Amino acid sequence: MSAADQIPTRAHLPGARILAGLALRAEAVAIPLAALLAGFAAFSLFLLVMGKSPAEFYGLVWKAGFSSAFSWQNTLSRVAPLVLAALCVALPARLGLVVIGGEGAIVLGGLAAAVTGTAVAGVPGYAGLILMALAAMAIGGFWIGAIGALRIRRGVNETISSLLMAYIAIALFNYFVEGPFRDPASLNKPSTAPLAEALRVGDMPWIAAHWGVVAGVLACLVSWVLIDRTTLGFAARIAGDNVRAAQVQGLPVARLVIGFTALGGAFAGLAGFFEVAAVHGSANASLIAGYGYTGILVAFLARHNPLAILPVAVLLGGFEASSGLIQRRMDLPDATILVFEGMVFVIILLSEALYGRFRIFTPAFWERR
Amino acid sequence: MDSVEIGLWGVPLAILGGAIRVSTPFIFVSLGECLTERSGRINLGLEGTLVFGAMSGYAIAYETGSPFAGVLAAAVSGACFGLLHGWICKFKGVNDIAVGIAMMLLGMGLAFFFGKPYIQPVAPDLPSINFGWWSDVPQVRAALQVNVLFILGGLLALAMAWMFRSTRVGLTVRVVGDSTDAARAMGLDPDRVRLLSTAMGGALAGVGGAYLSLFYPGSWTEGISSGQGLMAIALVIFARWNPVNCFWASLLFGGAGALGPALQSIGISEGYYLFFAAPYVLTLGLLILTSSPDRAMQGAPLELSLTK
Repeated sequence: MSAADQIPTRAHLPGARILAGLALRAEAVAIPLAALLAGFAAFSLFLLVMGKSPAEFYGLVWKAGFSSAFSWQNTLSRVAPLVLAALCVALPARLGLVVIGGEGAIVLGGLAAAVTGTAVAGVPGYAGLILMALAAMAIGGFWIGAIGALRIRRGVNETISSLLMAYIAIALFNYFVEGPFRDPASLNKPSTAPLAEALRVGDMPWIAAHWGVVAGVLACLVSWVLIDRTTLGFAARIAGDNVRAAQVQGLPVARLVIGFTALGGAFAGLAGFFEVAAVHGSANASLIAGYGYTGILVAFLARHNPLAILPVAVLLGGFEASSGLIQRRMDLPDATILVFEGMVFVIILLSEALYGRFRIFTPAFWERR
Repeated sequence: MDSVEIGLWGVPLAILGGAIRVSTPFIFVSLGECLTERSGRINLGLEGTLVFGAMSGYAIAYETGSPFAGVLAAAVSGACFGLLHGWICKFKGVNDIAVGIAMMLLGMGLAFFFGKPYIQPVAPDLPSINFGWWSDVPQVRAALQVNVLFILGGLLALAMAWMFRSTRVGLTVRVVGDSTDAARAMGLDPDRVRLLSTAMGGALAGVGGAYLSLFYPGSWTEGISSGQGLMAIALVIFARWNPVNCFWASLLFGGAGALGPALQSIGISEGYYLFFAAPYVLTLGLLILTSSPDRAMQGAPLELSLTK
């Protein structure tokens, strides 16, 4: 760096200061977007090698995911669990924790909702639904919060423990659904007792998607306010950047870690509640649908920013919604979307190496104009 | 041969046989991960590598008629996954744990994508050696049907321990794993050592996968792995990055996995689904017991992001 670079210079271009302020934000949007496009390109190449047409693939994704009211309904029904599962990754990630076991909280949250639903069948009004949602959030929060507690109190690696806990959760789920809570009438597909009609979550009036989408949007807003607009979130971000600095500052790191992981788990549990109360009507094996795993990709694509999670979840929801049509029309296996997601994920992580490499995204570049 | 009534003795015997059968993929994946982590990098993607190894091993064994060609193919494909992981992690600012998660999804996706046509056909099995020839009891004979890969895994553990202790290669890996700066000062290329260690680790995980599809359970399905690749990574921590300990820990995990079927064989089926959780609960319990809040884990490679 030459001496001239270090002399502060006045901005000459009108609005240069604004541009300088925008530069870092622009970087945070441009790099993931470019990586996403690179991911599309890499997957196109993969399809070409397989002798399939990328144009047909993306055309079908558009058709099945975004082109009509019916396809939007299909996409939005996946947005709710994806958003909530992604928050279960994004919130701990702001504290520097890589928690990937959201699937366990979704599954147990759904089970808790279904079991509570049979217990509160007589409760009037919305009270029953609220109790079900609270039960789901409590168990989800406990499940993921325990991972945060193990990390901070015992130094147990949270990535590994969260995945192990997800396997344990699924084993518990199977035990309860096939054993103590099984509805004797469910012969071929073991399920809990079907929910009463009053305890089902319906569709929103103006669009054919259930209320879980609204809950997902609200959860994103709450998370964004918490992280970006409160002192608690500020403390969490400091702890995420440097744990020791935060501890020296006297920040309650342990409580922050447990609180953020528990909140993320509560959101994942809520996803389980909506899957049971709005989609399946009881807890059964359909609940283990892998939303927890796709949610990881959503969170990383959104760079753990709650507001970015929404559009990313819509995009990936659309891709997942088109899986069936792609299987039928293009004669591709159902794992095609999984390959696509894996490729995009790898390239997104590769793009992390690009931050700070482009001068156009540095405030200094604009301040000197 | 007539079945001999051996009563409750069947349980420990079934657990022993199960431990030998179930532990082999654990041995290979944990030895592979041990090598990778000793070089200072963690590859969480071995679960995906394991599944892809199971698929490619089965497919090649079916196409060529030779199970050993399948094992070789699984090793080569595993090495490719390891190379990709190692190459991506070379770049500054890339988180090796996150890359591992992505590689896990990619490996499973590719395995399911290419494995669809191989779900029905039957590929040849790997041969096993009968160590129970001296006994007339069929349960003993069944328990002592030991696969060649299990024996190979045990020898590999000894060889790797020797390599770390008294060879130049082992020393190189250890130096790189303990201090990037010291390795550079010695004229070593840490990125290259880690790339090769990750590739070797991937190859071993691929072999572990081939065992799943070619011997036990012995066929390719999409649910073939129930997190073995992931548990093996936790097991390396428990084994304190020591290859011989990895072998014993794998046997222990295999025994935990065999507990459910063993109890079921004598008629205890109450809470069958809970026994499925036994290996995960055991892994988690050991992880909790062996971790420490001070982050200073005995035997841990100092450059490892997992324990930093």
